[in-house]
Amino acid sequence: MKFSLILNMAKALMLARFKQTVVAAIGVVFSITMFVTLLGFMNGLNKLLDGLVLNRTPHIRFYNELKPSLKQPVESSDLFQGYYHIIRSVKPSASRTSIYNNESIMRTLAEDPRVAGVAPKIAAQVFFNVGATDVSGVINGIDVEAESRLFAFDDYVTEGNFIDLKNTNNAVILGKGAADRMLASIGDVVQVTTAQGTRVQLKVVGYYQSGLGDLDNVQSYASINTVQKMLGENPSYVTDIQVKLHDFDLAPKMAREYEEVFGIDADDIQTVNAQFEAGSGIRSMISYAVGITLLIVSGFGIYNILNMMIYEKMDTIAILKAIGFSGADVNWIFITIALTIGFFGGALGLFFGFLAGLGIEQIPFELEALPTIKTLPVDFNPKYYLIAGVFSLVTTYFAGYFPARKASGIDPVDIIRGK
Amino acid sequence: MRGKPVIEAKNINKYFYSPEKTRVLKDVSFQVKRGEFVSVMGKSGCGKSTLLYILSTMDTDYEGQLLIDEEMVTGKKANRLSQIRNEKIGFVFQFHYLLNEFSVLENVMIPGLKLNKKTREELEHVAMEKLRIFDMQDHAMKKANQLSGGQKQRVAIARSLMNDPLIIMGDEPTGNLDKKNSDIVFNIFKELAQEFHQTMLIVTHDQEFAAGTDRVIEMEDGRVLSR
Repeated sequence: MKFSLILNMAKALMLARFKQTVVAAIGVVFSITMFVTLLGFMNGLNKLLDGLVLNRTPHIRFYNELKPSLKQPVESSDLFQGYYHIIRSVKPSASRTSIYNNESIMRTLAEDPRVAGVAPKIAAQVFFNVGATDVSGVINGIDVEAESRLFAFDDYVTEGNFIDLKNTNNAVILGKGAADRMLASIGDVVQVTTAQGTRVQLKVVGYYQSGLGDLDNVQSYASINTVQKMLGENPSYVTDIQVKLHDFDLAPKMAREYEEVFGIDADDIQTVNAQFEAGSGIRSMISYAVGITLLIVSGFGIYNILNMMIYEKMDTIAILKAIGFSGADVNWIFITIALTIGFFGGALGLFFGFLAGLGIEQIPFELEALPTIKTLPVDFNPKYYLIAGVFSLVTTYFAGYFPARKASGIDPVDIIRGK
Repeated sequence: MRGKPVIEAKNINKYFYSPEKTRVLKDVSFQVKRGEFVSVMGKSGCGKSTLLYILSTMDTDYEGQLLIDEEMVTGKKANRLSQIRNEKIGFVFQFHYLLNEFSVLENVMIPGLKLNKKTREELEHVAMEKLRIFDMQDHAMKKANQLSGGQKQRVAIARSLMNDPLIIMGDEPTGNLDKKNSDIVFNIFKELAQEFHQTMLIVTHDQEFAAGTDRVIEMEDGRVLSR
């Protein structure tokens, strides 16, 4: 079999029915365009919404949980070994919230090749004293540079410069909601009372706005040294160690692993934010379903048009067979037609889909709650283009398969004698 | 080479099943030797076209044996039969059956392209030669549907010659033509027989046509009367 001849035949047949061929190809173009655009846009939004939480959430968080001791003193006594122990009103032990030996823990973590970065953190409950009333809040003591490198802290500092937190003494970046409530503008000094009762004056150097209102009403940020000073603790005092991984799917396994090694509590991102995963999974499933439906519908279009073509070109098929084309050759001619429509339709569809993505990316999309977003998000992941390309060929192949089989089965004697 | 059988039919029987089982060919046996110009005559419905389609290997639903070029073709796979048709048989139909999507030259070339033994340039050259035999070289670049009926039939004959086949089969090749064109086509066949010693088997019910051939096989009611 000579393929250039098959190709030639397919081309001649397509040109003979040029309008129909173009209509079929437009069907493919349209569905591929929609598929790519839909998936790109949907996943852009997904990523944005997930990123809102997931980007700022450590993949693993180590901390000491305030909890009752698992082993009560009575259990250690030989005298009561064979007895049931019924203890009422168990209280949490006065264990320290600071992580013991945190410096060497952080060093160990930083040396693990799976880990992208480590940032310490202190969370301190405080009251902001505003005139006669107190506003409750949390001041997070952070390593400013590590925090912005790993958790995009700087993206959410909407006013002021985040690095001032490090460079200015006793500086604080207030949550936008909290700042609005206190009427504190940049450069003002706010007074803070800690849970231990110490009072500190902090200078406002910026506002923090995450887009999650509840968070912005409560959370404020200061450098880790400032918070240590505020609490009257020494420089080794750290309550949380946040870890970012290269591959966040490893988080649950690694959390368990290090929990064992360090003997402290560890939370992984999957357990904490399971609902985000589920939500984005379902959203992309819906967009895949819609896209694939579009493609299948266009496949039916191709099927119809090829069937029509075969009815119209019965004579041609019969004559080809009479002069020595085999059923397989005829089959290939029609498969080639279908695949050509799929290939060119698909290629154009990918191109237009890309353009549509660029277009959507230009549409302004500004929300008070999402300070970093200026336009609608689109995900240009090559994966979607690959899937769409493969699918356009697969559906057109199947759309061509049955008509081609019919054409290859045509008996030339019936056609030639029936005339 | 002369005298070797090109086609040999042995006791061929053929049945039609709709509307009811009827025997349309009854123990048909004959030979066509190399270089012979044979015509098959008979009234319409006597089975002569049916026989031709069996001999051309397109119809495989028959009983008996068929040898082409001393090769048994009965029971061969469809792919092999396609090859045989492409290589050894040239076919001329009553209706011209050119492919309207292609030019005259391409129409003539297609069997050669399918055979795939020469380059495209060589095939173009051969096809032009074949067209020149029938004085059609000036129409080579026209589309097939721009030709008159007689011209189409001449192109169809040129196409049947493309791969220098062992035998040319024709199913009433002059049946759809007026007197003038039918004379032209007949003369072409005669010329092929005399000058090129082309083996030919032509089904016709044109007495005059048959009279000009080497041998007439007469059929009646599914039987061969004289051979």
